[in-house]
Amino acid sequence: MNGFENDMAHTLSGVMLLMSFLLLYQRRIPGLIHAFAIQAALLGIAVSWQAVMQGEPHLFITALIVLLFKAAFIPIALLKLIQRLSVPQAVEPVMAIGRTMLFGIILCGLSLAVMQSSPQASALIVNEKLAMALAIVLLGFLIMIARQNAVAQVIGFMSIENGLVLAAVEAKGMPLIVEISVAFSVLVALAVFGLFMFHIKDRFDTLDTASLENVRGEELP
Amino acid sequence: MHLFAILFLVFLLATISVAALVPKWQRAIAPFSLATSATVFFWMIAFLIKDAAPQEISFPLGIPSIGMHFGLDGLSAFFLMILGLSGTVVSIYALSYFPHEKEPGRILPFFPAFIGAMMLVPLARDAFTFLLAWEAMSILSWALVMAHHKEHGTQHAGYVYLLMASFGTFCLIGAFALLTAASGGLSFSAMQGAKLSFGTASAVLVLALAGAGSKAGIVPLHVWLPLAHPAAPSPVSALMSGVMTKVAIYGFLRIAFGLLGASIWQWGALVLVIGAITAVLGVLQAMLQNDLKKLLAYSTVENVGLIFVGIGLSMTFHASGMEMAATLAMTAALLHAFNHSLFKSLLFLGAGRVLAATGTRDLDKLGGLMRGMPLTAWTFLIGAMAISALPPLNGFVSEWLLLQSLLMGPALPQALMKILLPITIVSVALAAALAAATFIKAFGITFLGRARSPEAAAAKEFKSPETTAMFLLAGLCILIGIIPQAVLSLISPAVSHMTGATIQHFAVSNLLFLVPKAAGSVSYSGIILLLLLGLGGVAAFALLRILASNKTRISPIWDCGTPDNDTLAQYTAGSFAQPIRRGIAAPLFDVREMVDMPPPSDMGTAHFHLHMQDLIWNRMYAPISPFILGLADRLNKMQHRPTRHYLMFMFTTLIILLAGIVLWK
Repeated sequence: MNGFENDMAHTLSGVMLLMSFLLLYQRRIPGLIHAFAIQAALLGIAVSWQAVMQGEPHLFITALIVLLFKAAFIPIALLKLIQRLSVPQAVEPVMAIGRTMLFGIILCGLSLAVMQSSPQASALIVNEKLAMALAIVLLGFLIMIARQNAVAQVIGFMSIENGLVLAAVEAKGMPLIVEISVAFSVLVALAVFGLFMFHIKDRFDTLDTASLENVRGEELP
Repeated sequence: MHLFAILFLVFLLATISVAALVPKWQRAIAPFSLATSATVFFWMIAFLIKDAAPQEISFPLGIPSIGMHFGLDGLSAFFLMILGLSGTVVSIYALSYFPHEKEPGRILPFFPAFIGAMMLVPLARDAFTFLLAWEAMSILSWALVMAHHKEHGTQHAGYVYLLMASFGTFCLIGAFALLTAASGGLSFSAMQGAKLSFGTASAVLVLALAGAGSKAGIVPLHVWLPLAHPAAPSPVSALMSGVMTKVAIYGFLRIAFGLLGASIWQWGALVLVIGAITAVLGVLQAMLQNDLKKLLAYSTVENVGLIFVGIGLSMTFHASGMEMAATLAMTAALLHAFNHSLFKSLLFLGAGRVLAATGTRDLDKLGGLMRGMPLTAWTFLIGAMAISALPPLNGFVSEWLLLQSLLMGPALPQALMKILLPITIVSVALAAALAAATFIKAFGITFLGRARSPEAAAAKEFKSPETTAMFLLAGLCILIGIIPQAVLSLISPAVSHMTGATIQHFAVSNLLFLVPKAAGSVSYSGIILLLLLGLGGVAAFALLRILASNKTRISPIWDCGTPDNDTLAQYTAGSFAQPIRRGIAAPLFDVREMVDMPPPSDMGTAHFHLHMQDLIWNRMYAPISPFILGLADRLNKMQHRPTRHYLMFMFTTLIILLAGIVLWK
C-alpha cells in the first residue's frame, strides 16, 4: 500500500466528511438533496478506490449499488417527490445553524479521540479513516435531531448509512450480501419515509414533523 | 440424548399454550401438562437413582457466539423431580378445576408455560438462559396472579409482585455481571473457575441472596408473597407456594455452592440468621391471619426460612471443613424443600376446594366443613399435621434432621456461631411450635365447630380428580414420613454435588432405621413409630372400652357456655390467635386492642377494635415508596415525547458512552 493510494482514500473520506458539514449547513431542501447526492457519489468513488487498493473486485459491485441507488435513484426520487408535494423549500432548523456546526466540530474531535484510544491504536491510518466514518455517522445523527423537516430526517438517516458503508469498506470485512441487504433496507426506508411524507403533507400541508406532536392522542408534558 | 429429550418436552410444555387459543383444544391443556410433568418426574427419579453422570448441551441460539447452554446434574435433577411431581399432581387437580373457571382464557395459556419456564431454570447453564427462564417464570406467574383481576386486592398484589420480581431480577443480573466480569464468560462452567476477591464474592452472594430470596420469600423481601400467592387461582397458588419458591432456592444454591463454592463461613452465618428471622416472623404472621390462603402463604415464608437455616448451616459447616455435618444440614434443607412442596401444595389445593364450595377464604365465615366435605377435611388434616412436624409424617423427619444438624453446631470453631446457634435453635423450635398452633387454628376454625355462614353450612363436595390429587399428596406425606430413606437416596446426588459427600456414606439407613451417624447415636424409624402409635391407639381404645361405663346417665346438658346457640360464640380466628397476638406478636406488629364500652345507661353494642400493622411494611417499604414513585414519575416524563427527543436521548447516550471510552483510557 503506497503513500499516494492512501492519501487518495484519505482525501475521499475527508471530502465526504466535508459534505456532511454541508448537509448541516443547508437551509433549502433541494440543496440538501444535492449535497447528499454528492456525498453518495464520493462514497461510490471511495469504495471503487478501495476495490482497486485491496484488489477485491466484489467491492466494485458495492460501489455500483451505491452510485446507482444512493447517488442517482434516491436523490432523483426525493426531488420528484418534493416537486409533486410542492411544499415550501426552506428547512426550519431547531438548533441554530452556527451552533449546529460548532457541535459538529466537537463530534469530529470526539470520534478522532475515540478511535485513537481504541485497542488497535498502532494502525494509525486505518484508525483515522474510521474516525472520519464515525464522524459522518454522528453528523448524520445530528442532522436528524437538529432538523424538524421530514426530508432532512430522511437525508440524515441515509447519510448515517453512508458513514457505515465507508467504515465497513475500510475495515475490509463487509461481505457483499450484507451490503446488498443494507442497500435494500435503505430502499425500504425510502419507501416508508416517502409514504410518511405524503401522509403528513396531505394532512398538515407541511413537512414539518413538529405538526405530528399534537396528533398522537397523548397529552404532552 | 437424555437431556435433549427433556429439553424438548419442556419446550413443548412452554409452547402448548398456543392450544389455549383454540376453544376445542382447551380441554387438552391439563392432560398434556399432566403427561409431560409425569414424564419429567419419572425420568428424574431414574436419573437420580442411577446417579447418572452430568450432561451438558448447547445450542447456537440467543446471544450470537455465546449460545444457550443447558445441563443436567444431581442438583438440577432433584429440583426437576420436585417440579415434575407437583406439576403432575396439580395438573390432575386442574382436570376438574379448569372447567369451572369463569374465564379459562386467563389461566389456560399461562399454566403449562409457567410449569415449563420453571423447569427451564434448573436446566439453564449460562447466565443469559438462566435469567431468561427466570423472567419467563416471573412474568407468567404474574399473568396467573392477575387471572381474577377484578377481585379486590388482586391488582395491588400484581403490582407489588411485579415490582419485587423486577427488583429480584436486577439483583441476579448484578450477581451474574460481577461473576461474568471476573470469569470472562457467561456460561456457568466458565464462572466456576473464576478467581474472586473476598469483596466481590461476598457482593455476588448478597445479591444472589436478595435476588433468589425475594422470589423465595425471605424477610424482609417477602411482602409480595402473602399478597400474590393467595390472589392466584388455587392450583396456581399451590404451584407458586409449593414449587416456585423451590426454584428460587435452587437458584440460590446454584450460585452459592455451584459458582462460588460456599467457602466463607460468614456467608453461612448471614444466611442462617436471615433464615431464622424469616421462620419466626413468617409463622407469627401466619398465626395472625384471618384469611385461609394468606395464612398458608405466610406459612410458606416460615418454611422457606427453615430451609434457609439448613442451607446457611450447611454453608458454615462446609466452610469450616466439617463435611459430614454440612451434608446432614443440606440433606435436611433439601428434604424439607421436597416435603414442603408436597404438603403446601396439598393445603393450597384443599383451600381451593373450600373456596370453591363456600366462595370465601375468610376463616370467620367458615366452620363445620368436616361434615359437608369429609374428603377435603381429612386430606387437609394430614397436610396440616405434616406441616406441623408431627410424627410419623414427612414434615417431622426433615425438621428433626434440621434440629439434629443444628445440635452439631457447638463443634464449630467460630465464636460468633457459638452465640448464633443457640438463638437459631430456639427460633426453629419456636417456629415449629407456632406452626402447629397455626395449623390447629387453620384446620379447627375451617373444618370443626359449627358453620359461621349459610354458605359454609351448605358446602358440599363430590369425588373428582381434585380429590384424587389431594389423596395422592396426602399418601406421599405419610409414605415419606414412614420410609424417608427412599427420598434420601434421591437427595444424595444433589447433596454430593454441593458438599462432596452423601448421607449414605455415614448413616445407617436401612428400611427400618435412619441414623445420621454424624449426629451421634440418634435414630428415627417411621415404621416402628407408626407401629407404636397404632398399638398405643388400639390400647387406648381398648382401655376406654373396658374401663368406661356405658350406662345411661341423665343430667343437664353441658352447653360449653353457649346457651343461646349462636355460632358467633365459638372461637373465631382472631380470638384463637389472641394469646399469641398479645404475648409474642405485640411488639413486632404494634398490636393495640381497644374496647368501646357504651356508658351504663346506653343500650348500644360494645365494639372491639384491633389495631395491627406490619412494621416491616410501614418502616421499610412505606418510606421508600414515595421516593421511588417520584423517580418513576420523573422518568415517565421521558416518555410521550416527540420522536426527535427520543433520537436526542439515543444520541446523547451514544456521545456519553463514546466520551466514556475516551476518558477511560
